[in-house]
Amino acid sequence: MSASHAPHATPRATTEGTVYTVTGGDWDEVVQTAAKADDERIVVNMGPQHPSTHGVLRLILEIEGETVTEARCGIGYLHTGIEKNLEFRNWTQGTTFVTRMDYLTSFFNETAYCLGVEKLLGIEDAVPDRATLIRVLLMELNRLSSHLVCIATGGMELGATTIMIYGFRDRELILDAYELITGLRMNHAFIRPGGLAQDLPPGAVDYLRELLKKLRKNLPEYDKLATGNPIFKARMQDVGYLDLTGSMALGATGPILRSAGLPHDLRRSDPYCGYETFDFEVPTADTCDAYGRFLIRLEEMRQSLRIVEQCLDRLEPGPVMVADKKIAWPAQLALGPDGLGNSLDHIKNIMGTSMEALIHHFKLVTEGFRVPPGQAYAAVESPKGELGVHVVSDGGTRPYRVHFRDPSFTNLQAMAAMCEGGQVADVIVAVASIDPVMGGVDR
Amino acid sequence: MTGDQGSGGRPSGNNVPSAREDTAEPIRVQKGMFGANNGGDTSGYGGLVRTVMLPGASARPYGGPGGSFDEIADELEGALEEQGLVPENAIEKTVVDRDELTFHIAREHLVQVARTLRDDPALRFELCTGVSGVHYPGDKGRELHAVYHLRSLTHSRLIRVEVSAPDADPHVPSLVELYPTNDWHERETYDFFGLIFDGHPALTRIMMPDDWQGFPQRKDYPLGGIAIEYKGAQIPAPDQRRSYS
Repeated sequence: MSASHAPHATPRATTEGTVYTVTGGDWDEVVQTAAKADDERIVVNMGPQHPSTHGVLRLILEIEGETVTEARCGIGYLHTGIEKNLEFRNWTQGTTFVTRMDYLTSFFNETAYCLGVEKLLGIEDAVPDRATLIRVLLMELNRLSSHLVCIATGGMELGATTIMIYGFRDRELILDAYELITGLRMNHAFIRPGGLAQDLPPGAVDYLRELLKKLRKNLPEYDKLATGNPIFKARMQDVGYLDLTGSMALGATGPILRSAGLPHDLRRSDPYCGYETFDFEVPTADTCDAYGRFLIRLEEMRQSLRIVEQCLDRLEPGPVMVADKKIAWPAQLALGPDGLGNSLDHIKNIMGTSMEALIHHFKLVTEGFRVPPGQAYAAVESPKGELGVHVVSDGGTRPYRVHFRDPSFTNLQAMAAMCEGGQVADVIVAVASIDPVMGGVDR
Repeated sequence: MTGDQGSGGRPSGNNVPSAREDTAEPIRVQKGMFGANNGGDTSGYGGLVRTVMLPGASARPYGGPGGSFDEIADELEGALEEQGLVPENAIEKTVVDRDELTFHIAREHLVQVARTLRDDPALRFELCTGVSGVHYPGDKGRELHAVYHLRSLTHSRLIRVEVSAPDADPHVPSLVELYPTNDWHERETYDFFGLIFDGHPALTRIMMPDDWQGFPQRKDYPLGGIAIEYKGAQIPAPDQRRSYS
């Protein structure tokens, strides 16, 4: 709304409105000034289309020889306005959007959002145990698949393509399990306010037990390949250093904070979804570097396997959606031969038997449910750190405001602190150890 | 339960909210019963007018897990008093809702309150999870809200701190000096809501292009989009579709 404009953004009136041309003398001036200086200082623009910057992250590095003197991030290239869009859909449709934020941690986004909505509705205790257990199960599998991508791409950026192949091979096994359970490999929208879109399909438990066996067999390979590997260690140790004071000040959570020695994990310190009843450990390191974060991720994957196993042992038959029919939407889905679709029984009921059921179905699908006015904050420990959701309702059928505190966004701020004073090649390692996903950073 | 709105009545459970004084904030006025406002009044409920309020200030005791909300409030009020500040001036109201504690802070005292919350050994909210902006055009004179969630790792607690600023004077003091993590968060809130955080080292846009006009997450900013044709029917853009709120 500002009428003034920057000197390098010359405005031009068109039929579509004012168009600003931002290119021009700006960059040239920087280059000229740099050329005049008689040192070796140069400004390097890395990204946003560089394969080792994790998606569309732009790094602006000022280097002197091989040393990075200043490092800055340019973000926003993947901003899709998901938070704004949520305000124009009903509460249930929200999961379809939030699952696309940090697309590697879909189930965490969905769970955090649903926990927030359930808190606003006051139905936390009404969510069936089976639904909560399946949420935990999916989240822990998701932690594995997210860490596998982190380790795989991190390895690839060091030139270790074997790690990349191994990581994506194992992630694919987990994505197959997602596909079996939700019908989709990514962007599931499976966890809904009040429970789940549908129950586990027949045979899923056996399938998951088989999967656990395979993963148990494959996980030690990362240890064998990388943990003791001298090249790997030389590239990772003492790189991307961020101590506890720095982590706390910059709000960095997840493996970054735990690599500084603090065993802070929301699953332990502020449990949700019944995590206080599970037996697992929170690994830490005291090295504050990329190598410590790598070891923590490896160990967290092992702990996640333990949690998944406990979930499978505890699963009891039961409902996966709250009993309140005014919230439980759509719930009547079934897995047909051609994929997930409407349950034929449900259609028979609403179309042929019960007029009231049809009215309720119609109102729920067109209007959605109302959520009492107020605000709530729900947080889960995503693979990257604290994923917080601030939801506000004005008593209507649509969210009034949803804000995601994405851990990638917050953690990426630590990039400058980790990279300045280091080598250019170490920037890649440091950024990989933050594990930012731009879908989550930019939302 | 789902039709239950207005005075902030909540479903019963073990988290019964504290009694309220009448300092609730109006956020919108609902006309009619079913939300649909295009077309004639076929329901007969079109004359209903109701103001939707956010939960108002709570009265003591605040409760919380193990009475911790009262402890936090006592500590904060005591610490502010020690610093020569009248707690009632700094803390506009204290809201307990859905098992969450919210302090509404007058913006001129925000930095001092945040510093106390961070440094007082009995409070120790060392981790700020950033700021979330909310735009309430219906809350006259307090349209823009900045909402902070502060976490104490020492005591395993979470509180919410909320400040507001009018649309006409969208200024809030920056907390970057206290919580460096708020750097990008405040830039994001500025970018989307036009809230100016005084004292921020470099308050520039972060998500939108530098030359963007307007603040996209404000309620008066349109979502945009175009109508699409689906099986012969025109489906309007999302913000043009019928809303039932």
